[in-house]
Amino acid sequence: MHGGGGVISVKGLRVEQGEFALRATFEVPRGRRVAVAGPSGAGKSTLLGVLGGYVPAAAGTIHVDSVDVTDTAPDARGIAMLFQDGNLFPHLSVAQNVGLGVRPALRLSAAEKDRVRAALDRVGLGAFADRKPGALSGGQQSRAALARVLLQRAPVLLLDEPFAALGPALRTEMLALTSEVVTESRATMMMVTHAPTEVADMVDDLIFVDAGEVAPPAPAGDVLANPPAALRAYLGG
Amino acid sequence: MARRAHPISKTPGIVAAVLIVAAVLAAFVAIGSRVEGTTGLRNAEWQAVRFTLVQAFFSALLSVGLAVPVARALARRRLPGHALLVTLLGAPFILPVIVAVLGLLAIFGRSGWLNIALGAMGLPEVSIYGAHGVVLAHVFFNMPLATRLILQGWQAIPAEQFRMVAQLGLPPGVVFRVVEWPLLRQVVPGALALIFVICLTSFAVALTLGGGPRATTIELAIYQAFRFDFDLGRAAVLSLLQLAVAGGAALIALWFLPPMLVQRGQDRLPFRWDARRMSTRMLDAVWITFAAAFLLLPLASVVIAGLGGLTEMPGLVWRSAWTSIWVATLSTALLVALALPLTAWLAQARRGGFEGVTLLGLAASPLMLGTGWFILIYPYANPASLALPVTASVNALMALPFAVRILLPPMRQVLTDYGRLGAGLGLRGWPFWRIVLLPRLRPALGFAAGLAAALSVGDLGVVALFADPDVATLPLQMYRLLGSYRTDAAAGAALLLLTLALAMFWICDAWGRRRDIG
Repeated sequence: MHGGGGVISVKGLRVEQGEFALRATFEVPRGRRVAVAGPSGAGKSTLLGVLGGYVPAAAGTIHVDSVDVTDTAPDARGIAMLFQDGNLFPHLSVAQNVGLGVRPALRLSAAEKDRVRAALDRVGLGAFADRKPGALSGGQQSRAALARVLLQRAPVLLLDEPFAALGPALRTEMLALTSEVVTESRATMMMVTHAPTEVADMVDDLIFVDAGEVAPPAPAGDVLANPPAALRAYLGG
Repeated sequence: MARRAHPISKTPGIVAAVLIVAAVLAAFVAIGSRVEGTTGLRNAEWQAVRFTLVQAFFSALLSVGLAVPVARALARRRLPGHALLVTLLGAPFILPVIVAVLGLLAIFGRSGWLNIALGAMGLPEVSIYGAHGVVLAHVFFNMPLATRLILQGWQAIPAEQFRMVAQLGLPPGVVFRVVEWPLLRQVVPGALALIFVICLTSFAVALTLGGGPRATTIELAIYQAFRFDFDLGRAAVLSLLQLAVAGGAALIALWFLPPMLVQRGQDRLPFRWDARRMSTRMLDAVWITFAAAFLLLPLASVVIAGLGGLTEMPGLVWRSAWTSIWVATLSTALLVALALPLTAWLAQARRGGFEGVTLLGLAASPLMLGTGWFILIYPYANPASLALPVTASVNALMALPFAVRILLPPMRQVLTDYGRLGAGLGLRGWPFWRIVLLPRLRPALGFAAGLAAALSVGDLGVVALFADPDVATLPLQMYRLLGSYRTDAAAGAALLLLTLALAMFWICDAWGRRRDIG
């Protein structure tokens, strides 16, 4: 498995969905944390979807650590992804859900089970291993999904607003935990957000997406201190 | 070019579809090879076609016509036993035809309750045999089905609409035009089409209550050409007629067919300010009572007569019951093996229309398939020795359209909700089936398997064509007992068959509903 994060390199990428088209060319260096911001419908989720392998690319290439993954299955790209919802199977226990991050099977070896338990302890869900997701709170469900991400050990982590449904305090808490998880795994991270200022402390760079145009990443502090016109309009004030 | 991530392969589904098409095509070809040797269409054949269409038309019309007021009453009243009655409305679907016929005979037959009552009042007796008996039995089976379909539609009307109606003080006539008529216009054509198609291939009802030149369906005519005259050429011609009639109707009906829902749970009754008047309440009560009596009296008579007849049953009945159980088990296993991959393929297919494959099962009638396969098997083996596997296969094909309609919506839902997550975790192929699909589909799968098992265990169709006197499923055995006027033994067999059908449905459905296994 990988030590540390992966380099994401996107060249001449084009995604077409009916009338909508997304174009992107950019590179994210190893271990960087990037916020992806922009108005609704600009293509943020589409961008992460195509990187993750859930949306087909019409043209262009995606490389992770100089391996072309443009046509690779989602699980073979070295990319783990959390979605806005549906991150857990409701009929499986928390431990089974998390265990799927080790291997796509339900029966695990004793050593693998130990790793699952350790991951659950790490996110504070040690006591909830045998519960079904339906018996957990929203925050606990997010923790379970993060525990699985820990076990997936993917060099790249994509987050498509997985905490959008949580309240402000809980969201801050989950962002902090995510930050710790990313630090421990040294993964490269891209995270869609509606509130760039909220995550300014935990990201290095910011990618602004507007009307299908993906701007290359720029240092988040600089961009937010001195936003270009379109971003200023989006942020308001 | 990147492909879309498919967690499960479409190939097994395509293989299943090819198998189904091949099985049906083989029957066509065999039938086609026999058509030449025949003398062409006689008057009797045309009469069968006409009767088939006419009875199906009236059966559909009466079933839906009666179902509308019953559904309306059920939608706006809660009388004691409401939930039970709504559940019972689903029963005729899994009720063996011959059991129902026995129940109807007990009520409407020569010495039935109705004629006893008519005789006491000095009125002439009515006969259940003939065209009207066939229609009566079809209404018995399909009125509840229509009621459920229409009731689903009625319950889909948001309670807010009735609140608005009350606020505006709209009179009943306007309520009907504004709220209820649009719904009926949506639901009724589908119900009519479905029942029409189902009645086109009616065999067991026509066999027991019809017959003669004025009440013979095409399906029954095939059987008679086969059993009485062993005229394979004429059976082949009739099979082609059946295909043209039922296949054409099924294709047209495909556009109307309503989705089959796994309906459970307590529905909330929206308060109906517009239906508080005494007269509407009385009317609703009358309709509900009528529907309950029409459904329950024949069933009650089967149970009562059956309890007396249980001791009269010859050992043959128990043996045929055992035969029926394994035919139904085999049939259900085959159905599941076909329906699951087929549904998985259909759920991922970009273009619609492939669902038509499943309708081959409806269009190709059981006796038509039976005739074709008989012609194929006949030169090489004694068809009677294959009677049971053939019956199980035909039953599976018949249940397929229903199973696919039950499984397809939840299958699509699972793929939409969890396909992405599964792909991201590398779950594909069998692990995706085992870990994600099957657990999520379980309630629908149990329900579909239950329907298939009950349909198969109660089916009196192709087995009548193939079986020799030594082999019989329980429905066939029961028919033979009736034919030899052993009424008590037949009544006992009917109760046994009813119990078997309900038990097999219940076992599968309960399996589907059980949660938290392992």
